[in-house]
Amino acid sequence: MTQKKWFWGLMAPLASIVFSVAITSIILLIKGASPFGTFQVLWQFGSQGSNLVTEINQTVAYYLAGVAAAIGFKMLLFNIGIDGQYRLAVFFSAVVGAQIHLPPVLHVLVIMVTAVVVGALWASIAGYLKVKRNISEVISNIMLNTIASGIITFLLQPTRLGYNLKNSNNSQTPPIDKSGWLPSFNIAGSHLYSYIFVAILVGVLYWVLLNKSVFGFNLRATGMSFRAARASGINAPRMIFITMAISGGVAGLTGVGEMLGNTHDYSLSFPTGYALTGLALALIGRSSPIGIALAAFFWSFLEGAAPALDLYGVPTEIVIVMQAIIIISTVVSYELVKRINQLQQQKLVGQAAVEVKEEVK
Amino acid sequence: MQKKSLGKLGVAVLASASLVFAVAAPAAHAASKKVIVGIAYDLGGRSQPGFNQLAYIGYTDYLKKYPGAGIKESQASASDTDATRTARLKLMVQAGANPIVAVGFNYATAVKTVAPLNPKVKFAIVDDASITLPNVEGLNFKAEQGSYLVGAIAGLMSKTAHVGYIGGVKIPLLQAFEAGFTAGVHKVAPKTIVDVAYVTLPPDFGGFNAPDKGHESALGMYQNGADIVYAAAGGTGAGVHQAALEKNAWSIGVDADEALYPTNIANRSATAILTSALKNVNAGVASFLTDVKTGKFKSQNKFFDLTNGGVGFSTTGGHIPASVQKTVNALGKQIAAGKIIVPTDPTKA
Repeated sequence: MTQKKWFWGLMAPLASIVFSVAITSIILLIKGASPFGTFQVLWQFGSQGSNLVTEINQTVAYYLAGVAAAIGFKMLLFNIGIDGQYRLAVFFSAVVGAQIHLPPVLHVLVIMVTAVVVGALWASIAGYLKVKRNISEVISNIMLNTIASGIITFLLQPTRLGYNLKNSNNSQTPPIDKSGWLPSFNIAGSHLYSYIFVAILVGVLYWVLLNKSVFGFNLRATGMSFRAARASGINAPRMIFITMAISGGVAGLTGVGEMLGNTHDYSLSFPTGYALTGLALALIGRSSPIGIALAAFFWSFLEGAAPALDLYGVPTEIVIVMQAIIIISTVVSYELVKRINQLQQQKLVGQAAVEVKEEVK
Repeated sequence: MQKKSLGKLGVAVLASASLVFAVAAPAAHAASKKVIVGIAYDLGGRSQPGFNQLAYIGYTDYLKKYPGAGIKESQASASDTDATRTARLKLMVQAGANPIVAVGFNYATAVKTVAPLNPKVKFAIVDDASITLPNVEGLNFKAEQGSYLVGAIAGLMSKTAHVGYIGGVKIPLLQAFEAGFTAGVHKVAPKTIVDVAYVTLPPDFGGFNAPDKGHESALGMYQNGADIVYAAAGGTGAGVHQAALEKNAWSIGVDADEALYPTNIANRSATAILTSALKNVNAGVASFLTDVKTGKFKSQNKFFDLTNGGVGFSTTGGHIPASVQKTVNALGKQIAAGKIIVPTDPTKA
């Protein structure tokens, strides 16, 4: 039975990738481009050494966003606030990192702890509103995302916490001392951030927390049935609040790798959209630590390879189309698998019932 | 339009036919003598009216003088980090592009990384003056001066003594537009009210490509009593021009002479565009490409302003009375002569 579960768990995303490739090929053919050539370009460019490194760095960020989303999913929380949590966390940790002067390892740790705390605190606002005021975390998080942008825009001015790089039109925080940088490995002319170990650690912790701890059990129980959990003595509202905070804490780590390994400041050049990507990856990866990692890498690979399409005359948007089809078809195929399993179970139950009836006779 | 997209299709077919070779042997590209211009666009890409499109027009202007140069284009995505922007520029170098134009200050870090690795490739970056490298030129525009002039036009022509400014994203670069515009309005009409709104806050740069939000925002301003609204918001401007048309009011375009680009917006809206504050990115790009071609390239930060025609205002449609034009041109001369210093920070204006 468990083997079967594994098989279906793997088949669903694979099938949706194949499905997505098929649909994308049709679109490419309509556009008059060669699907084979397009995928070849994607593969060849994406798998070049230096690009792979960039993609892995991006995978790390996406992975953390995905885990943050997955933690929420376990509690049926839709943490769309990952964007704001990540941004506020990376901003404040950059500010703190630039203000303090500490020995190397400690400096980095303080920055990372700041990011986790800021992310967790920001998310716990939504958690509090959900528990105490019964406000949907989706609504409050969307608002909190905008508020986070407002706070950063306000504080990023040179007269406040910002820093004016001469003759630049960017806005940024002051640079962080070298002691607050994370080393990176030089591979194929690109820098692989050692932050990847942080992501691995988070993945392991996530697995342990979920599967090997009382907290994880309570979390899953509350996610499955709020009332049943309450009846069995679990403080469900408290669980929701804590889950939201943990999800936010992990979200806080999302952008820190890029900052510690590359930019060493926060600036307007930081990306947006981690929330939606994270949620999509958690869906595709079925909230499993390995599943999210694979999905995150696949995502980064597609995005990392996309610019090559630009240069060879196929619109890069084709990659976004692919991603969208994958999301939809994964969700559909998981649902199908679930229903097939349910049907089979019902059949088994039915058969057993018939057997019992006959025995009684 | 139809023809253009057909052409693009042809390119796609050709490109895919030669894909295998192109990817397998990028070195062959680099070795061939043909000049390939690389343009890395900001968010929105070439199809975004104004800013990005002007960079492309700069290339086509250059082609008229020096035909034969090819082009490699790539556009930014909202999920970009400095690392992915760097990878994009590296890819252009790999594909044999030289010179390369990076459109937008967001590319600064990427140019700083890639340029030293490829000393033979010449780079230009639009809207950034923070780089001093032997193979990089900064193309900067004193857009506040053009904004000042359209501000003066708005100030002189507003019947309600009430105008509006809609910026795409609240970043220092766009706040300079706001400061210039407001100063221009108040120079000629000190009592005129200037409503200010930004569509999004950074790092969400979606405000440059949100016509729906621009439309809403402008409608609000018109209902509030404004009769001229200046849209310094890239693609978002289309919504503002649309709102102006609906409300039988005026709008002001930005960067390109937007009244000349009726296809960018619903066909008829062009008539609602009073003027456009020009930021001639095309002139900057063309001058960079020409300098490289003629061996006159210098590592420098060029500033395009009223003294060299890098910024200005358009008169397409003939909506601006001669008397207003006269006053505004006089102001322009004073700015060029340094007698008027246009502010760039709205909080200090």
